[in-house]
Amino acid sequence: MLEIKNLHVDLEDEEKTILKGVDLSLEAGKVHAIMGPNGSGKSTLSYVLSGRDGYEVTEGSATLEGADILDMEPEERAAAGLFLAFQYPVEIPGVGNMTFMRTALNAQRTARGQEEMSAADFLKLVREKAATLKMSNDMLKRPVNVGFSGGEKKRNEILQMAVLEPKLCILDETDSGLDVDAMKLVSDGVNALRDAGRSFLVITHYQRLLDHIKPDVVHIMVDGRIVKSGGPDLALEVEKNGYADIMAEVA
Amino acid sequence: MALPQKKQEATEARLAAAERPAGAAWADAARDAALARVRGMGLPAARDEYWKFTRPDTLVQAEVSAASPHDESDEAPVFGAFDRLKIVFVDGVFDPDASDDLSLEGITIERLSDAAQADIHWTKDLYGVLETAGQAPVPRPLAALNTALATDGVIIHATGRASKPVNLIYRHQSETSDAILHHVIKLDEGAELTVLENGPAAARFNNVMEVDVADNASFQHVRTQGRDHERRAATHLFARLGRESRFKSFTMTANGVMTRNECVIELTGDDAVAHVAGAAMGDGDFHHDDTVFITHDAERCESRQVFKKVLRNGATGVFQGKILVKEGAQKTDGYQISQSLLLDDDSQFLAKPELEIYADDVACSHGSTSGAIDEEALFYLRSRGVPKPTATDLLTLAFLAEAVEEVEDPDLRDEIVGRLEGWLGRRRG
Repeated sequence: MLEIKNLHVDLEDEEKTILKGVDLSLEAGKVHAIMGPNGSGKSTLSYVLSGRDGYEVTEGSATLEGADILDMEPEERAAAGLFLAFQYPVEIPGVGNMTFMRTALNAQRTARGQEEMSAADFLKLVREKAATLKMSNDMLKRPVNVGFSGGEKKRNEILQMAVLEPKLCILDETDSGLDVDAMKLVSDGVNALRDAGRSFLVITHYQRLLDHIKPDVVHIMVDGRIVKSGGPDLALEVEKNGYADIMAEVA
Repeated sequence: MALPQKKQEATEARLAAAERPAGAAWADAARDAALARVRGMGLPAARDEYWKFTRPDTLVQAEVSAASPHDESDEAPVFGAFDRLKIVFVDGVFDPDASDDLSLEGITIERLSDAAQADIHWTKDLYGVLETAGQAPVPRPLAALNTALATDGVIIHATGRASKPVNLIYRHQSETSDAILHHVIKLDEGAELTVLENGPAAARFNNVMEVDVADNASFQHVRTQGRDHERRAATHLFARLGRESRFKSFTMTANGVMTRNECVIELTGDDAVAHVAGAAMGDGDFHHDDTVFITHDAERCESRQVFKKVLRNGATGVFQGKILVKEGAQKTDGYQISQSLLLDDDSQFLAKPELEIYADDVACSHGSTSGAIDEEALFYLRSRGVPKPTATDLLTLAFLAEAVEEVEDPDLRDEIVGRLEGWLGRRRG
């Protein structure tokens, strides 16, 4: 599904190298987690994959189902099936949440040569998905993320994911700012989307999210590289001992 | 004080190119008085303070700059879906075939060209009267010129609740037309009327609307100036508001090399409400000027000015807005906001917000901002698959929303939003 090879990335404005050769192979249907200390480059990886401005790829490649995504515009990556659940979802005053999601869905369908979804079908789809995430009608009607609590914003991200049905979901610290109940709701939402044809890249600081969203593989990222990969046990080890041991081990 | 020679010459040159229409004695007197006002003030010149941001030459000169009409056949007529009374002017000339019968329950409608021939007519007490009152403290010579030279317009007397909106439709066909229309609208106590205006009118258009809103009456005005890029327009909306009356005006403008919309409102009765708003968007040599002057001369009145402009490829937006609170106008609630969305570095927004307050117990606020599109929001939309142009349009509509919200009627508001979406999609460049 996702193949990242020797990816090197600089911050454009600061001439600072953030990613220093990331290799990662994520198969269809699998959940990979990336853990690592602050500043290791986890969020940068998510932004580079989704096409945010301000990063320069100096070496390496990233492909989604064989297609080079690094040359695509952000909207082309989305249409190709990539979805980033933001760590800090953006508030957009004046743009209704429903209008936003419908515009996005139909733009993706058009880009893929599919017919647009009718207003009635769309409404039915969103209502159904929103109900499982316990999102009120009011939250659907309000401007995108405006006046939403931290937990509501994260639920809104998962709702968009459920509506857009991407192939590759990147979750960037989706657990940050969530209480226990919200974490459960969000995790249930993610788990409901797990499917043989869909892959997840879960970026997190803490093991607790991985109690709910069980990964197949855990990667540890330190200083712009993946330094260790393993099974779910690796996350437990980090939780217990911190990153110090691993960093010492690979130094 | 004598006018500067250059200004006097320019004014005389303009007047020499026009003919003062002849009518009944009262009309001739009103027109001659207006001519005298024009000669006293002189027509606007580039160095006038009030025309600091907008070059008046093409609006003033005797010769009309040629403007080819815009083909609007690619969209349904604006307000076409509404049950309304249509009054059509083509290049400033009344078109009886395209217009409906001028009869409507709750109001009487006449043409200025007819009323001005009547020896006795109520219009005499209003024609040019609000315009004259609006000449102080700032002169508005193009409005006086209009009172002197206007050949036609509508005269509306609302005695009750109008059963449907009156729609003034201005069509532009001739490349060199110079249209001057003057409308007088009088709302009796408790009357209600909605006036819609749309269309480019002419190569050059000078439009004045005087609205006298009596106690408890309500006037709603929604105007579109759309898509015909080469036309030029100077419009004045003068209003006087009685006790507990309501006045709401909204203008949407797309394209136009020269548009100057002036709005002059005097709140003379306690507890009156006046809202004036505008949403404008343009490219390249688009020049759009909103100049607003609101005077609070009674207690507990509310006024709101909300103006938004979207500018691209070197377009220019201007806002001059003033709230004057006279002595004794206590508990005034005045609000003014003007904002521009600059889609590139070449476009500019020039704003002059002013407050002048002589009462000690008032709440007035004003603000003006210029900004680019929110890059975070743009990326968020694109990351969900919304192509950049569509995402930019969505954010543009969101930016204009506060002004569009000022259209109270939900159906009219939907019409405006739909038009904005369509015009964004079809914009030049």
